[in-house]
Amino acid sequence: MTRDIVVGANRAMPSSSQHGTEADAADSRQFITFTIDQEEYGVDIMAVREIKGWVPTASIPKAPAHVRGVINLRGIIVPIFDLRARFGQGLTEPTRTHVVIIVMVGPRTIGLLVDSVSDILSTSSADIRPVPEMDRSIDDAFLDGLVATGDRMVTLISLDGLFRSTATSADLLAS
Amino acid sequence: MSKRVLTVDDSKTMRDMVVFTLRQGGYDTVEACDGSDALRHLASGRFDCVITDLNMPVMDGIELVRSVRSDATHRGVPILMLTTESDTTKKDAGRAAGATGWLVKPFDPDKLLATVRKVCP
Amino acid sequence: MDGRLSQFLQTYFEECRDSLSVCEPLVATLGEGADQETINTIFRCIHSIKGGGAAFGFERLVAFCHGLETALEALRSHRVVLDRAGYSVLVRSFDMVADLVAAAQTGVDLAAGAEAGLARDLQAWLLAAAPTAPPSPCQALTPSPAEEPVTWRIQFAPESNLLRKANEPLLLIRELSRLGQVHIIADTGRVPDLDSIDPEAAYLAWDIDLTTTAPLNDILEVFEFVTDDCRLTVAQRDAAANGLPARLSDDTAPTAAGPESVAITSNGSSRASASAVPTSAPTIRVDLDKVDRLANMVGEIVIAQSMLAQRFAELGVRDRTEINHGLEQLAQYTRDLQDSVMAIRAQPVKSVFQRMPRIVRDVAALLGKEARVVTTGEQTEIDKTVIEQLADPLTHLVRNAVDHGLEPPDERDRLGKPREGTISLSADHRGGRIVIEIADDGRGINRPRVLEKARNLGLIAEDHALTDADIDALIFLPGFSTNELVSEISGRGVGMDVVKRNIQALGGRISVTSTAGEGSRFSLSLPLTLAVLDGLVVAVGAESYIIPIQVIVESLRPRATDVHRVVGRGDVLALRGSYVPLVYLHRVFEVEGAVSDPSKGIVVIIDAEDRGQIGLVVDDLLGQQQVVVKSLEANYEPVQGIGGATILGSGQVALILDAAGLATSSPHRPGSDSQGGRIR
Repeated sequence: MTRDIVVGANRAMPSSSQHGTEADAADSRQFITFTIDQEEYGVDIMAVREIKGWVPTASIPKAPAHVRGVINLRGIIVPIFDLRARFGQGLTEPTRTHVVIIVMVGPRTIGLLVDSVSDILSTSSADIRPVPEMDRSIDDAFLDGLVATGDRMVTLISLDGLFRSTATSADLLAS
Repeated sequence: MSKRVLTVDDSKTMRDMVVFTLRQGGYDTVEACDGSDALRHLASGRFDCVITDLNMPVMDGIELVRSVRSDATHRGVPILMLTTESDTTKKDAGRAAGATGWLVKPFDPDKLLATVRKVCP
Repeated sequence: MDGRLSQFLQTYFEECRDSLSVCEPLVATLGEGADQETINTIFRCIHSIKGGGAAFGFERLVAFCHGLETALEALRSHRVVLDRAGYSVLVRSFDMVADLVAAAQTGVDLAAGAEAGLARDLQAWLLAAAPTAPPSPCQALTPSPAEEPVTWRIQFAPESNLLRKANEPLLLIRELSRLGQVHIIADTGRVPDLDSIDPEAAYLAWDIDLTTTAPLNDILEVFEFVTDDCRLTVAQRDAAANGLPARLSDDTAPTAAGPESVAITSNGSSRASASAVPTSAPTIRVDLDKVDRLANMVGEIVIAQSMLAQRFAELGVRDRTEINHGLEQLAQYTRDLQDSVMAIRAQPVKSVFQRMPRIVRDVAALLGKEARVVTTGEQTEIDKTVIEQLADPLTHLVRNAVDHGLEPPDERDRLGKPREGTISLSADHRGGRIVIEIADDGRGINRPRVLEKARNLGLIAEDHALTDADIDALIFLPGFSTNELVSEISGRGVGMDVVKRNIQALGGRISVTSTAGEGSRFSLSLPLTLAVLDGLVVAVGAESYIIPIQVIVESLRPRATDVHRVVGRGDVLALRGSYVPLVYLHRVFEVEGAVSDPSKGIVVIIDAEDRGQIGLVVDDLLGQQQVVVKSLEANYEPVQGIGGATILGSGQVALILDAAGLATSSPHRPGSDSQGGRIR
């Protein structure tokens, strides 16, 4: 299957340099990594449909704060989730340099608002470390694991977990 | 070159399942929805095997077997009938008409492939 | 189920639906004497439901279909004659097949043994009608295990017929060699001289010694297809040692089949007539998503085209003849294109109508009533988006007609009406909308009862005078149900108000007319499609919303003195002597920076149907345009007060307001002037 990574007008194409161990093809996983504040996160590249620059959204009434509204993605209505807000770190004040990663979660197409996209990370499943039990100030059902690349650490995001808990909170708000 | 199999069934579910299985087994497949449709396909190409349902509108499987066997160009093509366990009358009619063999529905994919390989390896 | 096949489940269920909808009307005609082709068609449908079902392991469905098939086979071979009892049991059997298919699809199993009684009835009828019906054949073969390799002597002499059926001795021998060690001796003794050889005749024979651990059945299976067309003996080389049957030949072939004669009936039809049936127009099966995408794109083109025309008008170049001409042509083609695409998605209402006879049967049986269904205009086409939403309200109306409309048979007798009541369903195109009517010849609406109940419920004032039509319309009010008995039919918690809301959600209208003693007629008027609507674009703060034109009564900028505050209820607008509750969109939707003083913004009066009129306070009107309705739920979730979304010419998304939903979220209820009871 081919996938286009369409990059927003203001963004450079993420460099395709490969980090981490070169795993054998069967066991290798690739992630798109992005930053929020100074932290680096990754989502499975198989879920990513495209990357585009921030555009203003139409807001959805009574939606949770991290739901920034909906945008028009070539004729379909796509909700945009502010990951910073979702992580409990306040609302993003988006500028033209902010980036939206369009991903598929099950049958749904959604957008994730992040600061910037940094890289494509290839790693083997064996190199993904579990998230240690820590103080749970925020719901962490969407944390999938940790990968160390050089002196950096990338937090892998489970889109299913993220969207499941997101939907629930929205449901709670609506009821 | 892979062998070409013509799958004839009025049920798309059946066709899909047969075709899917055959493709996995390395066969090329063409589909027809009844006997006369199958004859049109046969007239326009080479086939190494025909798999046909018996109960079909317009032209049923037995009529198709008869037509193929009476046609000088195609009479050597193996024809497998898709039958049901209870339908022995139809099966016998099909054999009398010149069908090569039969497959009892429901079939599992392995059995289907094994049977096709039997007449068209 | 084999995992590899599960991907075809969806196609299978689609096909089941198709098969059942082919059957449904045919089954209904069985009562009037069935011709051979009808029975053939029904048989094929059941056969294919069974065939697929077996592949997916739907055992109950398969078992039941099998019984039904046996009955149909008996019918088609004239071993039984269809009497009234048979008709009744067949009709119920088809309903059961539909139920079993639904159960398989939803995974919600029917109660254990739900079909058992019917299966017994079917069999009992068959036996009664044809005492000599043969039992279904069964077979059991237990392979004999063999651990030690055994050497078999196989003598195989093909006859010419074997070759004629395209079997290939070489392949059979190759197959044998897979079972173990073979030693083959070809007997060429029968091969004639070259000049007298018939290229299509079989002359060769083989003696094969096979040493294998495989059971005898495996060996015989190799020759499964050719036992009739060869001389074959399979014997154990040292057979004497353990006394195994030394010979096994043609007796594995099935016994001669019964007479395969074609019964010619008095009306001259026969099985052979199947080949003379004309084929219907060729069709292709297209994924609905693809059609929807196409419809969406065309919708976008329609809008782009109208915006283009608007821009040209604004630029003042509209008068240039050649541009004008081009634009008109573009408009024409666009409309044609839109019509064509909509036509692809259009379906005859038949697909919904044909479910109704069954519902009527079920309900009537439950209530001890007798009813028949008459349909007209079932070929009337309507967009698939509407049809999907139509089934529920229609089902309810039909149930209601039998439950509340029709009198019990004895009462009808006394009234001089036929014992069997009639439910009529009709569909027709009228002025760009589709009108569907559900009528019964029952007792009509009991107006004194309705009136009494409405007063008891406080829905209308004691002294309020109402016309007959007004009273009839009261049944659509929430919480209204005249039947004190909570029967199994109406016990579903669905009232006429829900039906009305469903119809309104479709952009439709519902009304009822009734004559005491003669029956009631419900009339639904629906848009042909839900894909496009005319909307008013309004601004609230930085946001734009679309209000569907059809719900708008008027829009105005009120004087500050006309806006009043009602304690605990919010603001109302005095409008020509009545008070209209105001809904501030910026408050409901939590939009910042919007106009909060109605006299500085605009009030759009909308008709929220049973909630009466409400006034939406917005900042400004931005214009009126046709919009393509897009789903918000596809990627998000339903939002109260929002019916969908659309994309404006600027590329911006605007949400479409849902009048009924907005009214529900506001606390207002209709006053004694009873706007809610009004028929539109």
